[in-house]
Amino acid sequence: MDDASTRTLPAGGGAAPPRRSAGRGLHRFANPGRFLRLSGRILPWLTGAALAVLAVGLPWALVFSPADWQQGETVRLLYIHVPMAWLAMGGYLGLAIGSAIALVWRHPLADLACRELSPVGAAVTALCLATGSLWGKPMWGTWWVWDARLTSVLVLFFLWLGHAALVRAFDDAERGARMGAILALIGVVNLPVVKFSVDWWNTLHQPASVTRINAPAMHVDILYPLLACALGFTLAFAALVLARTRAAVMERRIRALQVAAARRADA
Amino acid sequence: MTRKRRRMWLLLLCGLGLGTATALTLTAFQDNLVFFRSPSDILGGVQAVPPERAFRLGGLVEQGSLERATGADGRPAARFRVTDGAHAIPVTYAGVLPDLFREGQGVVTLGRLGPDGVFRASEVLARHDETYMPPEVADALKRAGHWNPQGGAAPPAATWNTLDPGRAAGPPGPRS
Repeated sequence: MDDASTRTLPAGGGAAPPRRSAGRGLHRFANPGRFLRLSGRILPWLTGAALAVLAVGLPWALVFSPADWQQGETVRLLYIHVPMAWLAMGGYLGLAIGSAIALVWRHPLADLACRELSPVGAAVTALCLATGSLWGKPMWGTWWVWDARLTSVLVLFFLWLGHAALVRAFDDAERGARMGAILALIGVVNLPVVKFSVDWWNTLHQPASVTRINAPAMHVDILYPLLACALGFTLAFAALVLARTRAAVMERRIRALQVAAARRADA
Repeated sequence: MTRKRRRMWLLLLCGLGLGTATALTLTAFQDNLVFFRSPSDILGGVQAVPPERAFRLGGLVEQGSLERATGADGRPAARFRVTDGAHAIPVTYAGVLPDLFREGQGVVTLGRLGPDGVFRASEVLARHDETYMPPEVADALKRAGHWNPQGGAAPPAATWNTLDPGRAAGPPGPRS
């Protein structure tokens, strides 16, 4: 059975070791068997590190850090809102890089990773918008305004959702992946708009506190728990996407085995 | 030229075209993308607003300009001046002000500029700045005479953002 299934699998789809033990450049990692072995070894460590950092960072941020002199306890929304905003943008940059690799080098794993990345990206962007809205009502006096920052993040959310829907909208998975990659790359123009909207135009949203050229305009007692939360959420995000990609590779492999079995039954 | 390389150049060219188009569009819409106008935009004649057209006016609440009162219908009312340093515009507003509202704080108000030069606001939003500090640090800065929140934004972060609370309270040392 093993013999027959590996022969009928698409190139590189089997568990058999690659013909050339060390391929060139990126194609070294295109082999799903190698990816499954490597990611299987990394994933427990990544998950453990994410849980450990969050176990320290979240209580530090939500309980033990001081309130803000002016915002009071509402400042604690920052510890969720800001990491989610960074992940929404950093994750999108990852999606764009993965899409470029998929389009130029026809890398099948990049397609799968992008497909599994976008629902998680949409979720963190939704959390960023929701926590921002909850903060805005008591602080600004409104849930939502159409200023440049808020609007461009909403566009980013729609790009994530659009990508997740588009790659799943075609019967031919490869065609869907290509359309999604093109959408993701077009959407990249939105990233600098999100980042610099607070500098280029008057907005209700405040300018950057941490990622700016001068010293962060945030006291270290607030800054350090924020950085801990950001690291923890980033590790958790990476672990989630890696686990989803692994599941997708295995799913594809099961499908290939089923096709092979059906073909054998036919013959 | 291999197909891979051709695809890469195609991608780069498309990206360049798209980026240029976006930059040009955003530059063209520059004036429409601002969320609010400053008093200098209005009084300095940079952006003339037709009379009785609603727009958003933003700036800092001028120190010592806030007067709270109760309107004829029993609702709270407020008069204050919005300034950006160079120019100031008087504003009237009937309604509850947001929690963050105080003198020296950024605000964005929506309303119309009357012929008498008074801006009648129908909505007042407080604008938060990018400074975050615990109450003890804010108190220490105020006690040391280093910062008066009514006078505007906090001093540069480098003078107070330090692990040593004693240094934050004192005047900026020779190191800063």
